[in-house]
Amino acid sequence: MNGVHDMGGMDGFGRVEVEQNEPAFHHEWEGRVMAMVRAMGANGGMNIDAQRFSRESLPPAVYLASSYYKKWFLALEQSMIDRDMIASDEIAAGHSLRQSPPLKRGTFSMDDVKRVMVRGSFGREPQAAAAFAIGDQVRTKNINPVTHTRLPRYARGHTGVIERINGCHVFPDSNAQGKGDNPQWLYTVVFSGRDLWGADTDPSLKVSIEAFEPYLERA
Amino acid sequence: MTHDHHEHHHHEHGSELSEMQLRTRALESILLEKGYIEPAALDELVETYEKRIGPRNGAQVVAKAWADPEFRKWLFMDGTAAVGSLGFGGRSANHLVALENTPTVHNMVVCTLCSCYPWAVLGLPPLWYKSAPYRSRAVSDPRGVLRDFGIEMPKDTEIRIWDSTAELRYLVVPMRPEGTEGWSEEKLADLVTRDSMIGTGLAKRPEELK
Repeated sequence: MNGVHDMGGMDGFGRVEVEQNEPAFHHEWEGRVMAMVRAMGANGGMNIDAQRFSRESLPPAVYLASSYYKKWFLALEQSMIDRDMIASDEIAAGHSLRQSPPLKRGTFSMDDVKRVMVRGSFGREPQAAAAFAIGDQVRTKNINPVTHTRLPRYARGHTGVIERINGCHVFPDSNAQGKGDNPQWLYTVVFSGRDLWGADTDPSLKVSIEAFEPYLERA
Repeated sequence: MTHDHHEHHHHEHGSELSEMQLRTRALESILLEKGYIEPAALDELVETYEKRIGPRNGAQVVAKAWADPEFRKWLFMDGTAAVGSLGFGGRSANHLVALENTPTVHNMVVCTLCSCYPWAVLGLPPLWYKSAPYRSRAVSDPRGVLRDFGIEMPKDTEIRIWDSTAELRYLVVPMRPEGTEGWSEEKLADLVTRDSMIGTGLAKRPEELK
């Protein structure tokens, strides 16, 4: 979706402010939110792409004005409501008021912690040979899905070069919609800064993205 | 009092914080009662991120790459396996790519869409990495972003930006500072800052060590 989360190349956000000796969490609740989001992914509540899409789907003003973990919280709450795992009367009561559907992998427990600390592998067996080889010129498609995609707006409709082939992976655009893994080849594609941003751009700039095969066509 | 004014008032007195505390606790209670989570498992996750995973892991990787030419070669050929051999990340679960900074090429990593970050070697990303100013300008004005970090890159240095839009996680290996010949890996690791492994900083010089 063409949301405010897709920030590459936007202006007006000001300078980068660095906090010295930043703690892992600024408030106790931030740690709980991080852990709940991870847990609800690990127990089969919602996959990582669906979680990302739920954050992108927050109203733009809310997205921009909320702290990082507040966004995580709001998106978690909303996506659980959308999936009938919780209801707003339960949120108001602060307690479960009825039974909810059981999850694919049951309760997130101590045994699961080690498993989530090893990042889930999204690698999958290829369904076909890779369409592109290292060194091939490719053009990113001009796509504007209203659903989740990992092709940033600034990199659409531009010509680049395949610089790495990264195997076959779960396709987030499908997975976010609950339409299954639909594994796709993943490439690293490099663009010149001038192709992306125009002739006034620093000629020494190169930008690489990771692009799934459906995002690309031969140039 | 207008709505806007009211909101502002709330912020000033920190009641967003207590509101978030309450809402988080309520949600956790519901998830517990539904059998979705065990609070002790959440405690363990939080503690792991607070105490056990952080940029010291990555600093060990970089120091080893500086001191051990064989490891360095392996790291740039197969980052996942090389980093896994030090106990970070766990083999096939990660796709870790190490990027080599040289006198002519400077690498810098961003996730313009969200906050993808090599947490196995660097821990949780800092706020600035997840912030709009960094995510927006890193791909279009990296030299300006580097200036925000106090770094002026020479004009003829090539700037390579890596936008983590999918499964790869990047670790920048900064240049080894001069005057560190013969140093132990342990001592070298003290020169490796978090920001130098994202590409928004350089390794410390020996005289910067306190």
